Amino acid sequence: MKRIAIALTVNGKAVEVVAEPREHLADLLRGTLMLTGTHIGCEHGVCGACTVEIDGVPQRSCIVHAGSCDGASVRTIEGFADDAVVAALRESFSREHALQCGYCTPGMLVVARDIVLRLPDADEARVREELAGNLCRCTGYRGIVRAVLGVLADRRAGSSRAEPR
Amino acid sequence: MVAGGARPGAGTQSLGPLLNLRLAQPETIADLRHLPDYAGVTRAGDVVRIGAGTTHAAIEDGAVPGRVGEIMATVARRIAYRPVRNRGTIGGSLAHADPAADWIGVLPVLGGSAVAIGPRGERRIPLAGFVTGIFETALAPDELLRAIEVPVLPAEARWGHWKFCRKVGEFSKATACVLAAPGTPPRAVLAALDRPPLVIEDAGALLADPADEAARIVAGLGEMAPWRSALAQAALRHAATAAGAP
Ligand SMILES: Cc1cc2nc3c(=O)[nH]c(=O)nc-3n(C[C@H](O)[C@H](O)[C@H](O)COP(=O)(O)OP(=O)(O)OC[C@H]3O[C@@H](n4cnc5c(N)ncnc54)[C@H](O)[C@@H]3O)c2cc1C
Ligand code: FES
Ligand code: FES
Repeated sequence: MKRIAIALTVNGKAVEVVAEPREHLADLLRGTLMLTGTHIGCEHGVCGACTVEIDGVPQRSCIVHAGSCDGASVRTIEGFADDAVVAALRESFSREHALQCGYCTPGMLVVARDIVLRLPDADEARVREELAGNLCRCTGYRGIVRAVLGVLADRRAGSSRAEPR
Repeated sequence: MVAGGARPGAGTQSLGPLLNLRLAQPETIADLRHLPDYAGVTRAGDVVRIGAGTTHAAIEDGAVPGRVGEIMATVARRIAYRPVRNRGTIGGSLAHADPAADWIGVLPVLGGSAVAIGPRGERRIPLAGFVTGIFETALAPDELLRAIEVPVLPAEARWGHWKFCRKVGEFSKATACVLAAPGTPPRAVLAALDRPPLVIEDAGALLADPADEAARIVAGLGEMAPWRSALAQAALRHAATAAGAP
């Protein structure tokens, strides 16, 4: 079977890699590229631990074929180190005890950032609906929901005072 | 490539899990997302053409115009989770024909057709007859689903959709959809049972008397676990009521 040569952008850097024919993106990120912040839970799209941004939107890296990422732009949790929204989320996650073991956290942060940017007016019910695809075995979710709601509220207060985002 | 035996792949949101579980072991996968105009929506006269590669998320965000788009956006938002919807496609969902999937339980009420392409050219398959079995469709092995064409709906069209799942994003345990548009008989579909969707081309009786007619329709499907039968009847009743039944 032929190995697949692919060129993609990962966290802003161009990379050229060779993938196994049946490799999925999560294995490519964790194995070949050593970006182990992306976690693997279920490998069938259900748990959300592997969620990364592909071409600007959150997707499951475990059910995206590596070969289909030729030309794609991928951003993993490591690539959000300098992101202002993720910085705010990190603080509120730690304030609200929104993580314990941290296994779900990289996927939670990618999805939480999407909620904050895409749905600035989301209420608690909507936040819970949007987080339903990310499983956490430790926290019972209340802290996570509060953390996301906290960032949403801060941003709403901030934008009504016309501060820069 | 597909005529040569390659497995089509679109969003791989259904194929990916099958590959990971080794339930599918294709030699080659042809990435359909490279086809020109595979994703995207265009309107020509009274017909909206939705490229098979259009994602659930694009439909959720309003890619389909008009009343039919409002209906489809509501359905799309309840499919799986946003990261799955960002990649999963309407064409992949229809071609996969999982009996519990959402589009196969809604598109038949809209009328319209699936556009298939293959070595013998292009043909149109009515959406009401597209799914022929559990994970089976009217597509030939060397054919691809290229697009879905649905007629535009007048603003007064009323509809009802009822889907039962215990958790957001879970596959449905029973789905019904009813559409009542002026000038044509109301249509209904009952889906997410262990069988292909049941399409009811004239659901006038269901709208007139939801409870009795739902019981009659479900009894006509033969043996069914009591909880399933209760859910299927509830789905039809609720959808009919939302579509304007008394
Ligand atoms: C966690 C999770 C939850 C989900 N929940 C739901 C849900 O609640 N409701 C729901 O409806 N769906 C659900 N899905 C499935 C999702 O909607 C998929 O997007 C969809 O079923 C398949 O679309 P795809 O583009 O990913 O197709 P793929 O996975 O790429 O393909 C699916 C199948 O169709 C074939 N195929 C794809 N495109 C074509 C084509 N154009 N012509 C011919 N054959 C083709 C492929 O060969 C394959 O056999 C869920 C998926 C996941 C991972
Ligand atoms: S590992 Fe990808 S969703 Fe669970
Ligand atoms: S913190 Fe442990 S799984 Fe969420």
